[in-house]
Amino acid sequence: MPIQSLKGVLRLLLLAAIFFAGVWSQSSGVIDDFIFYLPDVQYLAVQHLWLTAMSGGLAILVAIPLGVVLSRPSMARAAESLMQVLNVGTTIPTLAVLALSMSFLGIGVVPAVFGLFVATLLPIARNTYAGLKGVSPALMEAAAGIGMSPTQRLLKVELPNALYVIFAGIRTALTINVGTVPLAFLIGAGGLGELIFTGIALYDPVMMLSGAIPTAMLAIVVDALIALTAFLIVPRGVNPSRA
Amino acid sequence: MIQLDNLTKVFDTPKGAVTAADNISMEVPAGEICILLGPSGCGKTTTLKMINRIIRPSSGRVFINGEDTTDLDTQTLRRNIGYVIQQIGLFPNMTIEENISVVPRLLGWDKTKYRERARELMDMIALDPDAFLKRYPSELSGGQQQRIGVARALAADPPVMLMDEPFGAIDPINRAVIQDEFLKMQEALQKTIMFVSHDIDEAIKMGDKVAVFREGKLVQYSTPDDLLAAPRNAFVESFLGEDRTLKRLNLVRVRDVVSDEIGTVSPGDTLETALARIDDFGYQNAIMVVNDKRQPLGLITRALARTTRGYCRDHVQKVPATVSLDDDLRKVASQMFAQDTTWLPCLDDQGRVCGQITQRAMTHYLGSRFRPSSSDARQSDAATEE
Repeated sequence: MPIQSLKGVLRLLLLAAIFFAGVWSQSSGVIDDFIFYLPDVQYLAVQHLWLTAMSGGLAILVAIPLGVVLSRPSMARAAESLMQVLNVGTTIPTLAVLALSMSFLGIGVVPAVFGLFVATLLPIARNTYAGLKGVSPALMEAAAGIGMSPTQRLLKVELPNALYVIFAGIRTALTINVGTVPLAFLIGAGGLGELIFTGIALYDPVMMLSGAIPTAMLAIVVDALIALTAFLIVPRGVNPSRA
Repeated sequence: MIQLDNLTKVFDTPKGAVTAADNISMEVPAGEICILLGPSGCGKTTTLKMINRIIRPSSGRVFINGEDTTDLDTQTLRRNIGYVIQQIGLFPNMTIEENISVVPRLLGWDKTKYRERARELMDMIALDPDAFLKRYPSELSGGQQQRIGVARALAADPPVMLMDEPFGAIDPINRAVIQDEFLKMQEALQKTIMFVSHDIDEAIKMGDKVAVFREGKLVQYSTPDDLLAAPRNAFVESFLGEDRTLKRLNLVRVRDVVSDEIGTVSPGDTLETALARIDDFGYQNAIMVVNDKRQPLGLITRALARTTRGYCRDHVQKVPATVSLDDDLRKVASQMFAQDTTWLPCLDDQGRVCGQITQRAMTHYLGSRFRPSSSDARQSDAATEE
């Protein structure tokens, strides 16, 4: 009982705090300040998502086939060393990748998409590879023994069983991607980074937050959308969230 | 029919070439189960897997129903061979129905046909189709999963099946049940089966033939009874265990040993008659009382018949145990030990007394099947080999 009443008190306090924060923000005009940036936020958010979609989409299109190719038995030797290279690649900060890509491709959308693509590629390729390699050898033997061709084994057994892990890779990669896109502003590709970095430069917290908060929200929405897709697409028998 | 002709597998390892299977030649007649038996690393699994080319033979040929499989396309070959492995290997992403119909779908059957086949197979393995077909493998117990594994292998009705320790990962109680079910299915299906096992009891129970392997070589290939009665060398003998004669008890049925000569009395006879019969037949302890349909009513003991007067019907004692013609001798021996008796009455399918089985008859039967001297037998075997 005491714990429950304590919870009740805390809940009341929380409600009160929210209420007073609302009252304060209304009276101090912060909300009006945010509303001032709304058209910018809308425009830049679309740009932001566009960058994510371009770089993420390309990364998925390249990384999954790459992971599949690397996981083939004939590639076994090359794959191990290449995965090491990819692992090292993952440790390079995205900002450095963007800087490198700018020095080759100049400024604008193209180098930004390219840099984000490289950063997003690695986790997806790695998870695809790991997921396919993780399919149990007994399963592969059964599939072979039953008379499936290598392609049938890949499509009917390996990929469905690795799908959950592959989706986990896509989810991580795209969520990080959304959070990294603001850096693209630094090489002239726009996005919500425009509000964040300008806000920092002008010491304007409202401007900065009107870039930062939508970025965070976009990341959460993208994460949730991919989780939902995985929930729907991954077969029920190998889907821990539907077990 | 499966026929192996000088099948050899040499593995190249860092320590040099290892011969996993050395010129294996053998033939499994159609409709029989052949158990490949031996300790681990003896080449039995390698031999099995060379048949469906999970392991590619270094040399030698495999014939299935007389047809040389060497030039057959690997996928076609495998689709015509049922394959069951110890790890079961059901596809976790597919429902039970999809798992069972994998091979029919690969072979391009139409939907109504393979769905019907799945239901038929579920009935065969005694699992309710409505309850199980839409479920996923992870929702089933190990025993149920392996039943599905067997059903999947049988789906396209292949003439030949390869089974790699299929029941090895199942607990002993369930294993016995599945073995019995499988034997019952096999009676109807008459598949030609190669079956790897390291369990001598399983081999004796399941096999029409047993092939014993050691270090890549086929040491002995014979019926379970011959194997137990006449192991070819000391290795086979030690692998079979010191109680191999007791294992033979499993193989021999009461009908092979039963003596149909059994003295009985009817309830209306006097005890004097009973005593006279006991003496006539030379029984030491007792005589059976049967009714006019030859159903057993009980026993009259010798001691009672000698000291008492009256009719049998008033003095009948309970029969300690009876056996039926299809029981194996292991059960009979067990009953005899439990009842402290040296004979038991046998009943036929209708429950009528049809004979008796004695301890003497059992030991005689088992003893006569052994060669007079095992060292002589070994020499003569060696001679016939050369």
